[in-house]
Amino acid sequence: MSTSPSPLSGKTLIRFENVSKRFGSFIAVDNVSLDIEAGEFFSLLGPSGCGKTTLLRMLAGLETPTEGHILIDGVDMAGIPPNRRPVNMVFQSYAVFPHMNVADNVAYGLKIDKVPKAERDARVAEALALVKLSDFAHRRPDQLSGGQRQRVALARALVKRPKVLLLDEPLSALDAKLRDAMRAELAQIQRDVGVTFVMVTHDQDEALAMASRCALMNRGTLQQVAAPGDLYEYPANRFVADFIGTINLFEGTLSTDEPDHAAVTTAALDAPIHVNHGVTGAPDARVWVGIRPEKIAMTPLDAPRPTGPEALPQANVTSGIIVTSAYLGSVTLYDVETATGTIVKVSSPNGERSANPALPTGTSVWLHWTPTAPVVLVN
Amino acid sequence: MALFGKKPGDKGPLDYANRWPLRLWVGAVLLFLYLPLASLVLFSFNDSRRTIRWEGFTVDWYGKMMGDDALISAFANSLTIAAISTLFSVVLGTMTAIALWSFRFPGKGLFDGVVTLPIVVPEICMGVAMLVFFGTIAPWPHDLVWPFDLGAITIAHITFSFPFVAVVVRARLASFNREMEEAARDLGASELGALRDVLLPHVRPALISGALLAFTLSLDDFVITFFTAGPNTVTFPVKIYSMVRFSVTPEVNAASTVLMAITVALTLIGMKLQGRDIAQMEGH
Repeated sequence: MSTSPSPLSGKTLIRFENVSKRFGSFIAVDNVSLDIEAGEFFSLLGPSGCGKTTLLRMLAGLETPTEGHILIDGVDMAGIPPNRRPVNMVFQSYAVFPHMNVADNVAYGLKIDKVPKAERDARVAEALALVKLSDFAHRRPDQLSGGQRQRVALARALVKRPKVLLLDEPLSALDAKLRDAMRAELAQIQRDVGVTFVMVTHDQDEALAMASRCALMNRGTLQQVAAPGDLYEYPANRFVADFIGTINLFEGTLSTDEPDHAAVTTAALDAPIHVNHGVTGAPDARVWVGIRPEKIAMTPLDAPRPTGPEALPQANVTSGIIVTSAYLGSVTLYDVETATGTIVKVSSPNGERSANPALPTGTSVWLHWTPTAPVVLVN
Repeated sequence: MALFGKKPGDKGPLDYANRWPLRLWVGAVLLFLYLPLASLVLFSFNDSRRTIRWEGFTVDWYGKMMGDDALISAFANSLTIAAISTLFSVVLGTMTAIALWSFRFPGKGLFDGVVTLPIVVPEICMGVAMLVFFGTIAPWPHDLVWPFDLGAITIAHITFSFPFVAVVVRARLASFNREMEEAARDLGASELGALRDVLLPHVRPALISGALLAFTLSLDDFVITFFTAGPNTVTFPVKIYSMVRFSVTPEVNAASTVLMAITVALTLIGMKLQGRDIAQMEGH
């Protein structure tokens, strides 16, 4: 996926100020404050029921915040109905009007705005060209595939030239192959039109691949707002670390905490963990260490013991027995059981062609990692 | 054993329709249902005053019927009442259906039950209730010019027709994707605009079938009409009944056949329109 995020403008377009939404006693969105910049491809990510869709619907005006303010381009949206907001939405079901053909669907919003017919036709043609549906202008929606219907929904929203385009799980209804193609295309369209995109998704791959920044939500609260790489490599807490990708999490005690390095002892492993960053914000010595599976190296146990970091040679090296292995072509995923009974997940790239690319289960191996691999989390 | 080696003439385990006991049964049911109606139609063409024996084919009874001013005026009354009551029933019924589907309000459950009450209340009770209501509580003036003298009957017909429209429209609303309405709002439509542009096209098949239902219910109604009709406001079914009280003539047969033909034709048109509309919406 060659979808480098669009550059940030530094200009705030959307501002959520202490926004909460309650449905009866259920708190869907809990005191969210968030700035989204003009030109961003912003993603709201989280498990189902985390409040991301509610946040999007409040932006569209389809829900009203119980508390707080939403500003678009500096204007408070309170009391402004959805039809008078500078935003347009691509709905999860696409909601393409079944009794209108493709061109009429796209022209619908312009007709309401009383755009003169000549200009309307030109803009509809332009929008259909953008989503590569020029040849389908007179088709009825029931003659279109799911992917084409989504393009209609996209063209219909973009033709209004909104300040913000909202996308609610835009790819979830497509099959896997089409999803990959649309992912690249959506990012391309966003760069072409330069409109700020706000996309809701539960699919981390989607968010990581397309978004310039993501907000990860859980139970109505923001967990972390960061660029995809930062979300993955520098998670703010255990929820983020666990939600994005796969991670080995070990609970332990901070034994050394200096500005440039720290050490954690954990009952889960028979070796301490040495990291090259200091730990801030730890209220007590109780911390969690996260290590991504691909950052753990594996060598057979009959090879010499890998050397640990200079400062703490006994750290970052342990041993175990492979209990399961799953060969996935480009990588092999292993579950390794250590002497302490902990299962450590390891992902090894299959960098060379080999008759036996995966190590068999039952193999005894060394596991080791560099001080840059682990991340220490305090909550 | 011959499950997959089935010969063309073989009957599968589910080919019930090819077995003679079922065919016989179906034939008996159809005979039971349609023989009386068929004989009614047949004897409307009988060249005899008596309806017992077949004397030969004629359309004289239809001619006689057309010349019967009282019958024609009753027919005009019926059509007028049906048209007005259909109009009001569709508007009221649709509004009721949308209100029940779209909003939450106190007493919704009660309202839901009460609205459909006229469907289940025995017709005779409705008739007596209307008689009492228009007789004592809100007497409808007798000396109004046509068609305003039909007001009492029309109101009675609206009362029992609109719940049927509400039920049909509500069933159709259940399959409406609310994101459609939200999409219309999002694209700039006002609340009413979204209803008109997106919701209305979706419920149109139900509006058509609801309207035809209301029209035929009104056209056919006897019991409730009988209690609300005055001497000058006789409807077609009431007129037929009064003719039968003297004797069952082929003229009555002819009138009944006309009523039946109108009802069947309207139903067929409705089914066709509805089928076409739904096929278009759902894309088959």
